[in-house]
Amino acid sequence: MSSPVDLKSLQDAVRSAQMNADNAWMLVSAALVLLMTGPGLALFYGGLVRRKNILGTMMQSFAMIGLVTILWAIVGYSLAFAHGTSFIGGFEHVFLRGVGLAPNSDYAATIPEQTYMVYQLMFAIITPALITGAFAERMKFSAMAVFLSLWSLIVYSPMAHMVWGVGGLLNAGGGHIPSLDFAGGTVVHITSGVSALVTALYLGKRIGYPHTAMPPHSMVLSFIGACLLWVGWFGFNAGSALGSGPLATSAFINTHFAAASAALGWTIAEWIHNGKPTALGAISGAVAGLVAITPASGFVQPFPALLIGLVAGVFCSFMVFKVKAWFGYDDSLDAFGVHGAGGTLGALLTGLFATRLINPAFGPNVATGAIDGHWGQLLNQAAGVAIAWGLSAIGTVILLFLVDKTIGLRVSSEDETAGLDLSQHGEEGYDLNS
Amino acid sequence: MLKIEAIIQPSKLDAVKDALLEIGIEGMTILEARGHGRQKGHTEFYRGREYTVDLLPKVKIEMVILDEMKEKAIAAIGSAARTGRIGDGKIFVSRIDEAIRIRNDERGETAL
Repeated sequence: MSSPVDLKSLQDAVRSAQMNADNAWMLVSAALVLLMTGPGLALFYGGLVRRKNILGTMMQSFAMIGLVTILWAIVGYSLAFAHGTSFIGGFEHVFLRGVGLAPNSDYAATIPEQTYMVYQLMFAIITPALITGAFAERMKFSAMAVFLSLWSLIVYSPMAHMVWGVGGLLNAGGGHIPSLDFAGGTVVHITSGVSALVTALYLGKRIGYPHTAMPPHSMVLSFIGACLLWVGWFGFNAGSALGSGPLATSAFINTHFAAASAALGWTIAEWIHNGKPTALGAISGAVAGLVAITPASGFVQPFPALLIGLVAGVFCSFMVFKVKAWFGYDDSLDAFGVHGAGGTLGALLTGLFATRLINPAFGPNVATGAIDGHWGQLLNQAAGVAIAWGLSAIGTVILLFLVDKTIGLRVSSEDETAGLDLSQHGEEGYDLNS
Repeated sequence: MLKIEAIIQPSKLDAVKDALLEIGIEGMTILEARGHGRQKGHTEFYRGREYTVDLLPKVKIEMVILDEMKEKAIAAIGSAARTGRIGDGKIFVSRIDEAIRIRNDERGETAL
């Protein structure tokens, strides 16, 4: 007996409430992802370096927050998410033109596009910040700022476009090679991890590495940072559901389960290998699990998530204990061993365990991953992984070369010995006598 | 006037301070130090690699005392700090030329 006008306003009210619920979660998620960079990563990395480099290390993450925000607003968002080619977006949204408070149904129909933009910004910030782990304690602040700013435009935005952008080559919803990457296993972790390896190889080892022991100056700070990363990751993965519904729950649970089992996996592997379980191993394990579950978080069931975490914990510990020593590269904070390797593993396992029971990414009754019967998805995942590796390696090498030949990348050996805090910033991290 | 420098295990500091107080020695300076004699260090792990830390935490106590107190001070420190194991530490005695109390410019043994 309600008149048509009443029913419409009821429907509008429900839709508005639904949208506000999604927006609330998405804004919180954006804040959680920023927390991962500052202070999560700043503390995690900061504690792992020697005392003379704590501020320099934290400043690298912090600088990304400032620089990438500005670049993203001006052109980065457009290059990632505007209409363009299969490989990169266009300039439709430079200076955030056309990005308002109305939803963009290409991406998220229930939240303002600005929410989507600012959420994606936090991913764009943390990705280059992760790379800083590879060149810790030896890169000039100025060179780092230029290199990573350019990297964000040349590597990050194109990769984000290919995987998540409208018309992207690897986009799960209609790309030529539909690749499943829920929250950025390829876009964030493989790109940063592989770029980290390339940078570590290009820059060379720290003075004294590996004969001089360079243990963390504060495992306490690293521990706090790692826990902030874990909690922040709920925003990273569950926020990638782009809404507050049941998919966010799945991603949340998978994230947590993988972190826990990975911490256990690394700890047990280390206990067997060394005779003692270290705090560094436990927290590194957790991070490795979080990395590996990132592409899978909104596609797999909880027990496969536990398995993915366990495998990632053991695999990444092997990469860090054995493979790094075999090749002798100085990936100082194991950005490649954890993010590059963990992201690669996670992206491939996503193809194995993705199921339409959690996320019908290809259609309501269409098999998603191998366990649904779609074994070909493993090949698509491998293609996404290969493209991420290739773009990262080539883009990074070119940028490193350019920046090195113009302003020089590495600090002088006197500056490296004095430490980044003094040489780059004229400060000391701890003045215990003041 | 004699200066006593005692390098001891950090865990023995309270016992040594109490023993010195009992024989009437109140003025002393405590420094945190690192070092070793014949004691081996310990191993720590970083990223699966073992490495040795051989500069071990120690405490150094310095005090300037009257000549007559020398054997009592050495005995007090020694018995409080001793465990019988390598790493107990050392006591050194040297001569002091002058002592001045900053507050009122007193000099000599009364300044102690």
